Amino acid sequence: MAVLVIADHDNATLKDNTHKVVTAAQAIGGDVDVLVAGSNTAAIAAEAAKIAGVRKVLTAESAELGQGLAEAMADLVVGLAGGYDHILTPATSQGKNFSPRIAAKLDVAQISDVTEVVSADTFTHPIYAGNAMETVQSGDAKKVLTVRPTAFKAAADGGSASVESVAAPAAPAKTKFVDQKIVKSARPELGGAKIVVSGGRAMGSAEEFQKVIEPLADKLGAAVGASRAAVDAGYAPNDYQVGQTGKVVAPELYVAIGISGAIQHLAGMKDSKVIVAINKDADAPIFQVADFGLVADYKAAVPELMSALTAAGK
Amino acid sequence: MKVLVPVKRVIDYNVKARVKADQTGVDLANVKMSMNPFCEIAVEEAVRLKEKGAATEVVAVSVGPTQAQETLRTALAMGADRAILVQTDQDLEPLAVAKVLKAVIAEENPELVLMGKQAIDGDNNAVGQMLSALLDWPQATFASEVAIGGGKATVTREVDGGLQTIDVSLPAVVTADLRLNEPRYASLPNIMKAKKKPLDVKELGSLGVDTAPRLKVVKVTEPAKRQAGIKVETAADLVSNLKTAGVL
Ligand SMILES: Cc1cc2nc3c(=O)[nH]c(=O)nc-3n(C[C@H](O)[C@H](O)[C@H](O)COP(=O)(O)OP(=O)(O)OC[C@H]3O[C@@H](n4cnc5c(N)ncnc54)[C@H](O)[C@@H]3O)c2cc1C
Ligand SMILES: Cc1cc2nc3c(=O)[nH]c(=O)nc-3n(C[C@H](O)[C@H](O)[C@H](O)COP(=O)(O)OP(=O)(O)OC[C@H]3O[C@@H](n4cnc5c(N)ncnc54)[C@H](O)[C@@H]3O)c2cc1C
Repeated sequence: MAVLVIADHDNATLKDNTHKVVTAAQAIGGDVDVLVAGSNTAAIAAEAAKIAGVRKVLTAESAELGQGLAEAMADLVVGLAGGYDHILTPATSQGKNFSPRIAAKLDVAQISDVTEVVSADTFTHPIYAGNAMETVQSGDAKKVLTVRPTAFKAAADGGSASVESVAAPAAPAKTKFVDQKIVKSARPELGGAKIVVSGGRAMGSAEEFQKVIEPLADKLGAAVGASRAAVDAGYAPNDYQVGQTGKVVAPELYVAIGISGAIQHLAGMKDSKVIVAINKDADAPIFQVADFGLVADYKAAVPELMSALTAAGK
Repeated sequence: MKVLVPVKRVIDYNVKARVKADQTGVDLANVKMSMNPFCEIAVEEAVRLKEKGAATEVVAVSVGPTQAQETLRTALAMGADRAILVQTDQDLEPLAVAKVLKAVIAEENPELVLMGKQAIDGDNNAVGQMLSALLDWPQATFASEVAIGGGKATVTREVDGGLQTIDVSLPAVVTADLRLNEPRYASLPNIMKAKKKPLDVKELGSLGVDTAPRLKVVKVTEPAKRQAGIKVETAADLVSNLKTAGVL
């Protein structure tokens, strides 16, 4: 049996999501190979080769793979699929874009957002905004899964897999990359951060969001998140959205400020180890999942929290 | 340009799903059902394309039970011209839904398929990508902006870290993200008018599509519950609690 893990990277560095999906692959069993597809793969492949337990790292390079075009990614992976029983992709927006295309080309089901490997053909994943966990057994010859990285521990380094390059597919004829606006932030990435500070509609403006949420995040070395209401109102960029239809996070510490705790928001953060909520409404649903709740106006509470952190040596 | 909009009837987004005691699924008896919010966004975008003169006809299609006619009437009240129900009481997997939609597309020949990125029940985020793969059409998922012109769609997509813009030649499949638009509420006169718009019902069996399930549901369970926490009085209390919990 062999499992192909599709690496998550930004054409510069390998992301920790890859290590987490390797852990899921190891739970399935058999040989684990990692595919690094992009525009600049050498350094990333060298990183992937260090993951303990990886047999082989495959690389494929083209401009379109670097742009993450779904058609190019699917053509590449379908071409390699003959050698694999399982194809695992991290459930990032990138992975969600191309993985179902691979499944359909192979005429197999995709199992989305897998959080537990029960056996080589049986997997658990959340449905209904995480209000139900469904365990399914696949009868397909090949299993195509997206894997929720926060549900698995990162595989350790310590390996020395071989690196082999494979041919990139022809450029897709019907899709052309135009441009992209990717914001580079000095803060940790939302998906993998140890601490996340999120702001909601209560912020009222982008200026207030920056004035309140960002300094607190910087003090804690945290990533910044937001509710959908805050993103829709333009207080925070779209990729800050935590929730059912945004990013799923499971940090050691999640701090929700001025967020009510709608089902859709909880779906994205309720697996955090410790949850803190600051909200002036004592009945806000967020308090039902918070380990520590502070019923207060954030305008007073956040400055006090900043000072209390300073006093505690932070 | 003809636009096809697949719409799904799902549990209303305000309702919290409850798992059945026998672990066979989610209890949908007497639960409020609505159009999937992402499908509403797709319908809205299609209707706006028609209002702008970029589209000539908007056809809504749903694969589901008889009650999905209500969902289609909602699409008609929002401005779709006609509707097709592919009727079935089976719970189809995303691949099967994509195959059914492909069969409908072979009859309808739309130049654009606009659909939701994700249904809030299955949460699979898969049907659009699968459909475009089966058709060998280009795909543009998670759209926050769509412009049509010159035989192509220019689509801005919500991706990790920001936004990406791609051009896809038509025909193409585009899936809607939350920021694409704010769907309108159907007005009463439009709800009345929608009752007279054509709604075609086809039996799933008449399409000759293989919809056999690939997955067997072993069980559906409740997620792990969080222990109730405590309320703290001050920010200083909070910090000392977080220190004790070992997360600072
Ligand atoms: C299809 C669909 C998908 C969705 N996906 C997501 C998703 O992925 N993520 C997501 O977050 N939401 C999502 N939502 C939206 C969700 O239903 C809620 O509308 C949203 O989470 C609310 O954001 P909020 O908590 O910031 O705002 P509100 O619900 O308005 O809450 C604001 C809170 O701030 C508190 N507050 C106000 N002023 C102060 C103050 N001065 N000090 C302290 N507290 C204060 C209030 O008491 C209130 O509890 C989705 C909705 C739909 C329909
Ligand atoms: C009790 C129960 C058990 C189920 N068991 C399984 C199971 O084991 N495995 C499984 O895969 N599914 C199962 N389903 C069905 C599953 O919940 C989804 O409905 C189905 O897989 C489609 O996936 P999705 O809606 O998450 O698709 P998504 O890919 O999230 O939907 C994206 C878009 O596709 C379009 N679309 C989706 N479905 C339709 C439709 N019917 N008609 C028209 N357009 C549509 C819409 O535009 C939608 O916005 C079950 C359903 C029930 C009620």
